[in-house]
Amino acid sequence: MSQSTNPTSQFQTDANRVTADVDRRSFLRSSLRGYQTTRNATQDRFLNYESARIAAGDAKWEAIENLDVYLAQFADKLEARGATVHWCSDSEEAREAILDIIKQHDAKSVIKSKCMTTEEIHLNDLLEKEGFEVVESDLGEFIVQLRDEAPYHFVFPAMHLKKEEINTLFQEKLKSINTDDPEELTMVAREVLRQKYLSADIGISGANFGVAETGMISITENEGNARLTTSLPKVHIALMGIEKIIPRLEDLALMLPMLATAGTGQHLTCYNSQLGGPRQDDEIDGPVEMHVVLLDNHRTRLLADPEQRDALRCIRCGACLNVCPIFKNVGGHTYGTTYQGPIGSVITPHLRGLKDWKHLSHSSSLCGACSETCPVKIDLHHHLLRNRRDAAGKGQGGLAEKTLMLGFTIVMRRPWLYRLTGRLGKLGHVLTKPIHGTRIDPFYAWKKTRDLDDPAKQSFKQYWKSRK
Amino acid sequence: METALKISLFIPCYVDQLSPHIGIAMVNVLERLGHEVNYPEGQTCCGQPAFNSGYFPEAKKVADHFLDTFADADLVAVPSGSCTAMIRKFYPELYQDSPQAKEVSELGGRVFEFTELLVNQLGVTDVGAKLNGTATYHDGCHGLRELGIQDAPRKLLENVQGLSLVEMDEAQSCCGFGGTFAIKFPQISTAMTQVKLGSATQTEADYLISGDPSCLMQIGGYFSRQKSSIQCLHIAEVLDQQ
Ligand code: SF4
Repeated sequence: MSQSTNPTSQFQTDANRVTADVDRRSFLRSSLRGYQTTRNATQDRFLNYESARIAAGDAKWEAIENLDVYLAQFADKLEARGATVHWCSDSEEAREAILDIIKQHDAKSVIKSKCMTTEEIHLNDLLEKEGFEVVESDLGEFIVQLRDEAPYHFVFPAMHLKKEEINTLFQEKLKSINTDDPEELTMVAREVLRQKYLSADIGISGANFGVAETGMISITENEGNARLTTSLPKVHIALMGIEKIIPRLEDLALMLPMLATAGTGQHLTCYNSQLGGPRQDDEIDGPVEMHVVLLDNHRTRLLADPEQRDALRCIRCGACLNVCPIFKNVGGHTYGTTYQGPIGSVITPHLRGLKDWKHLSHSSSLCGACSETCPVKIDLHHHLLRNRRDAAGKGQGGLAEKTLMLGFTIVMRRPWLYRLTGRLGKLGHVLTKPIHGTRIDPFYAWKKTRDLDDPAKQSFKQYWKSRK
Repeated sequence: METALKISLFIPCYVDQLSPHIGIAMVNVLERLGHEVNYPEGQTCCGQPAFNSGYFPEAKKVADHFLDTFADADLVAVPSGSCTAMIRKFYPELYQDSPQAKEVSELGGRVFEFTELLVNQLGVTDVGAKLNGTATYHDGCHGLRELGIQDAPRKLLENVQGLSLVEMDEAQSCCGFGGTFAIKFPQISTAMTQVKLGSATQTEADYLISGDPSCLMQIGGYFSRQKSSIQCLHIAEVLDQQ
């Protein structure tokens, strides 16, 4: 990633670099093609996948529309079983809450299972700065942590890396044997991680769902690492965005298979755990303390937007990234956001400001593949359009663009002027011939990579006239 | 054939200026089928370029002009899924709280992309066209996902004598055009077309056919720059081949 401070130019620069890397792009495409095939097959096993999407969307809708009630219910139930719930309005508060807990326990080391919300609040940076050892236990997260990189994709954090690269990384950082074999590489990581679980004082996880009815968090995973993270250390902290709520336990019967199907193409992920508090008196294992940190961090801003609040239904399955032609061609790091791909482009302007992040809504062809695939039917690509509208409405498109649009309107409302412009365009085309294809050609951005037909000798309008 | 209908043409601005032959081909096919075609001469553009860039009030002004021009049309034929989607799907968004909302949604119900008009409205799947070779079809995103057009163009092409249709893996992937996106992010836009070229080339097709002139501008522009031998054609041009 480049270190430019302006997210828009950083995006352009990184996009230029990645799109030029044909090999990496085809590597990404071919991994995602495999995903697509498996996923289609799993989807076909639903009696009616479309109605499952509607039902899943409705369950999340119900939660989002009654978030105050369900959150309170969720927190009450958890506290009744001895968990502590922390309400945090922004990153800062959440970081402080977590740091306090860790300090209270005189902890030295922290083990984490995959949690994008901790990325959102930059928790690892803080903890490392404070001198704690932080270890990511999810294999993909472990790999990107070793590389000192952000996750590439919020479901598949290390999907951009080939196994040869992981081999080199492990040899370098872990002094491991020389092997390209995925299973052997996994064993290498497991060996390191096993020690860490045993010595960790604190386990930090995320939550895929928060069940209001029973006051439980639900965690979905494939490696079993989240189970160990949440049960071996004596303190478990779960960080959860407030939108993760679902009303009832039975909703999981639909949400878990939907998340697995859309996310990885599995019927169900290998492990699904529901955790409702610390170790109870009659239980033999589990953490002594459990903290649930609830994070707003501008989610309520999105909630206040009647047009786009459906984006809070997101279950972070990552499917919209997997089908997105922009993601496939620019890769995850280019976004410079915690949440990449279409959902990230929709919500980041709400979470972090439209002015700096509107370019993500413009860097889309609005093809709609994301909305078509989303398991909870979020109107993703139309929201990108709405973000564009809001940016233009605030004058963020700049004066030149605004003037161009004004000119466009003036011409298109007046057929005579439209005809005249067409003729002038042809004339302009002839007059500018000497600069065609050069950098000062007004069509340079197009013509650099694509040919462009000359204006037709006779427009359709003229043809029609001549026919009469 | 059934009764002759009065069909008004909407020829999008860039087709009018850059590829009028597509509009002419559409006229030929409709007239050959015995329909009476008219062309409201005040027409310009549907307003999509402004809409797509987020300039909704500006787009609405252009839409107002479109509404005036086509107020009396019974049936409107458009050689573009994208412009049809603008009128049928996005105009209602522009006019949602306006007194014209009803008029707008009714007009949307009378405006059809060329292939859906032929197959779903006129009930025609064989227009008696002939073209020798192998073709692959590119679904324009707006036609496909906003309007649900998928079978109509294929049915029509299957009935073209001499033509065999081969699907490419990336038939439904965006070509990379996306309006101003193609200019604002040319590198991403072109990367997307590169994927399309790879996929089309694999089919060994002679022709890449699409129902959207804007996709064809992008795909054709890139294919010709890459010296691909695949010829890019609008479906109206194919159906006009005798
Ligand atoms: S927006 Fe939809 S497809 Fe994208 S991650 Fe969220 S739930 Fe999945």
